[in-house]
Amino acid sequence: MTAQGKSGVEIKGLSFGYGAELVLAEIDLTVAPGEFFAFLGPSGSGKSTLLRLIAGFGRPDQGRIRIGAEDITDLPPWERRVGMVFQSYALWPHMTVAENVAFGLEERRLAKAEIAERVAKALDLIGLGSLAERRPAQLSGGQQQRVALARTLVIEPRVLLLDEPLSNLDAKLRLEMRAEILRLQRGLGLTTIYVTHDQEEANATADRIALLDRGRIQQIGSPIALYDRPANRFVATFLGAVNLIEGDVVELHGRATFVGPGGLHVPVETAERGPAALALRPQALGVDAGGSVRLSGRIVAREYLGATLRFGVATDLGELIVDVAHRPGRAPLEIGAAVELGIDPASAALVPGAALSAGGR
Amino acid sequence: MSVLVLPRRRPLLDRWNLSGPQLALAAFVALFLALFLVLPVVRVMGVAFYGPDGFTTQNVEDFFATSLFRESFLNSVYVAAMAVLLASVIAVPLATILARYDYPGAGLIQALGAIPLVMPPFVGAVAMQLIWGRNGTVNLLLSEAFGFKIPFMEGLNGVIFVEALHYFPFILLNLSAALANIDGSMEEAGQNLGASGWSLFRKIVFPLALPGYVAGASLVFVKVFDDLGTPLLLNVTNMLAPQAYLRITSVGIGDPVGYVIAAIMVVFSLAAMGLATLSLRGKDYATQQRGGGGLGRRKLGGDLKIAAHVFVVIALLVALSPHIGILLLSLGTIWSYSVLPDAYTTAHYATIFRESPQLIANTVLYCGLAAGIDVILGGAIAYFVLRTRLPGRNVLQYVAMASLAVPGIVLAIGILRTYYDIKLPDGRALATFWGMLVIAYAVRRLPYALQSCLAALRQIHGSLEEAAENLGAGKIATFRRIVLPLMAGGLLAGFVTSFATAAVELSDTLLLVTREADAPISYGVYVYMQSPAGRGPGAALGVLAVVVVALGAWASHRIAERDRRRRSRET
Repeated sequence: MTAQGKSGVEIKGLSFGYGAELVLAEIDLTVAPGEFFAFLGPSGSGKSTLLRLIAGFGRPDQGRIRIGAEDITDLPPWERRVGMVFQSYALWPHMTVAENVAFGLEERRLAKAEIAERVAKALDLIGLGSLAERRPAQLSGGQQQRVALARTLVIEPRVLLLDEPLSNLDAKLRLEMRAEILRLQRGLGLTTIYVTHDQEEANATADRIALLDRGRIQQIGSPIALYDRPANRFVATFLGAVNLIEGDVVELHGRATFVGPGGLHVPVETAERGPAALALRPQALGVDAGGSVRLSGRIVAREYLGATLRFGVATDLGELIVDVAHRPGRAPLEIGAAVELGIDPASAALVPGAALSAGGR
Repeated sequence: MSVLVLPRRRPLLDRWNLSGPQLALAAFVALFLALFLVLPVVRVMGVAFYGPDGFTTQNVEDFFATSLFRESFLNSVYVAAMAVLLASVIAVPLATILARYDYPGAGLIQALGAIPLVMPPFVGAVAMQLIWGRNGTVNLLLSEAFGFKIPFMEGLNGVIFVEALHYFPFILLNLSAALANIDGSMEEAGQNLGASGWSLFRKIVFPLALPGYVAGASLVFVKVFDDLGTPLLLNVTNMLAPQAYLRITSVGIGDPVGYVIAAIMVVFSLAAMGLATLSLRGKDYATQQRGGGGLGRRKLGGDLKIAAHVFVVIALLVALSPHIGILLLSLGTIWSYSVLPDAYTTAHYATIFRESPQLIANTVLYCGLAAGIDVILGGAIAYFVLRTRLPGRNVLQYVAMASLAVPGIVLAIGILRTYYDIKLPDGRALATFWGMLVIAYAVRRLPYALQSCLAALRQIHGSLEEAAENLGAGKIATFRRIVLPLMAGGLLAGFVTSFATAAVELSDTLLLVTREADAPISYGVYVYMQSPAGRGPGAALGVLAVVVVALGAWASHRIAERDRRRRSRET
């Protein structure tokens, strides 16, 4: 398994619909060779459909798909040389593990001896060499997942497509398989696209993420960029808890300032003026700590989350979520306590646009 | 902004997700259905409603102006409705007892309850006379003990009784399945909100199970309405199917009355099935959750338990009486005016093996061919419907399923009418060639094979094929290496079902068989049963047919079961 997977994927102006219903609209994205790329989004966002279009299951109404320099838009699935691991694994129940893995090689008319050799190598790679003669029904969920991977990798695909590959596994196995997939991907340097609705999974594995909602790409970027600098309200709220404070960006003393309810003034870096929201992550708000913008409030709710305590704090801006690191042995603040919140403008992100129209949400 | 681009034109086959050979197969399927199902039925309708001056209702008016035909029509409706009622009286309590209570031997009873299905009613009709008739076993015992007789088998009573005993399993099986599919949580939620006993049954269980009952009851109605063999063997001719048969065979295939009757039968069958479908629309009550249990079973206590035992024993004895009767008849020397046969012999079996090996050979040949055609057609249609975007694929499916509503006698009349004037090289009419019987069987049994194939293909997750295409296999290779092996069980089950049920088809056989050398077993049973001396061998032949059908049903059940188990282990 050497010569595989150094091609990138390029999608240009792609749209796809079932009848009048548009499932994907104006998709543009580029996956670099060897990159681990994730399609993230809620169910119904079109992420699986997009993956299936790359594999050739369905043809886009508009737009082109390229792998490397080759335009594959019009190729049938069996000529695309992209490997897909299905959510259900799709192992054929009437074949043994070895027969499942050998299938793609047989279709490629390889010599029997070479097939046997490659199958053995692929099964060794995923650590299931001893189970070659088993039937899929006799394997555990994790083992089936590995066989599905081996069956795909053995054909040396140009791109590896993974459709929610961990959703059928229990929590512990999911972490193991996640590490395993990452290890294989890094080891083989294989261009990989990974579909998931689980942001933690995407954050942990992907070099870059395309966040989809309602058939459109909302933002593309590294996991940290998406979290810290959300392009719109959907991105901000999809990636973890956030306080969205609605207000306006105005010119004040010669620089852009966000003006919110209760006389909140926060200096921001932007060229645009007008309605916007300030996105504050719960951990960006300090309790009784420093910060150039200060705000008083009262604790109205408290959740203990292990490493952190999450407070609901009633302020002039409404109720804010505030996370505070929990230090063992220290008595936490009680509900009803008056607190002083500090906002560090550097950790606040500005989300442009008015509340209802922006970003499709 | 994206650039406006016209949608690319793709080759048709690509858009339909088809390959060339598959398109050829689709054309063949469409042609077969058009020639041997649609055209014959259309011809029948045409003759019924077409006069010298174009469309006419004259034939229908003539029909209803004749008192014999009016009476026949009313009798057929009455018999079908009463048979549904009597079948319900047997099936509903049985299904309820089996599904809702801890009843010893429930599995055995369920299996015994399905037995009547493997014997067509006409086979048991004569035996029923001997057991329930005026001088049959039961009435002889009754008059000895109490001095009176009950006219179980007099006139229409006999038809109703025989039909109900044979077709109640349709209600039993459908209702049992519906009850079994109700998730326990449905009932528990009702209980949680304070319902119990009768009110729980009436408000929760009954409405949820109703679709199953309606499906079974409408099937019974149609089957009884269409049946030809039973009234003929019981000598009841003032019903629709026997009238159609008598007109066609005595007056000839030019007589419009036979066609009017056939048209009425089609309309009634379609209406009954249409009404059932309509009343069930939007009521897919498969509430069973994955891993959830069915209805909670409760203990039967005290009087209820005794009542249940008495009911189950009597119901099963009555339901099995035609089978017991036919077995006794096939083994008895003389059975007339006596409780049981006078003595026992195997001579009747020897007779049929000596006199009629041709019947058996013909049956195997015809039904084997018909079942083979069905599997090919059924498999192809299932594939087109579930896996391609071939235009008109649903029409193929509906037409194939519609043959359920075409009575055998109607199809036979239509085939006679359509293909009588086409001559074979030896001068005989194409309609009388034994191959047409095979085709009639195939058309009539296609819905069963199609159901089996649809079920099998539905079980195969589409991703199994996509995975093959993803790994480089084209449409044909994917079909050969993935779909076919995985469907094999379903195809085989479909073959066996078609084979076994075709073996006991009578109505179309009676009309289409013109030479004794071409006759299958079902025809033989009918002819033997006509004379008192032939009853023994006729019954022996009937037992043989029942054994074939029972083995077939058992095998198809086993295949389907094994397939299901193999698959369920996998997911």
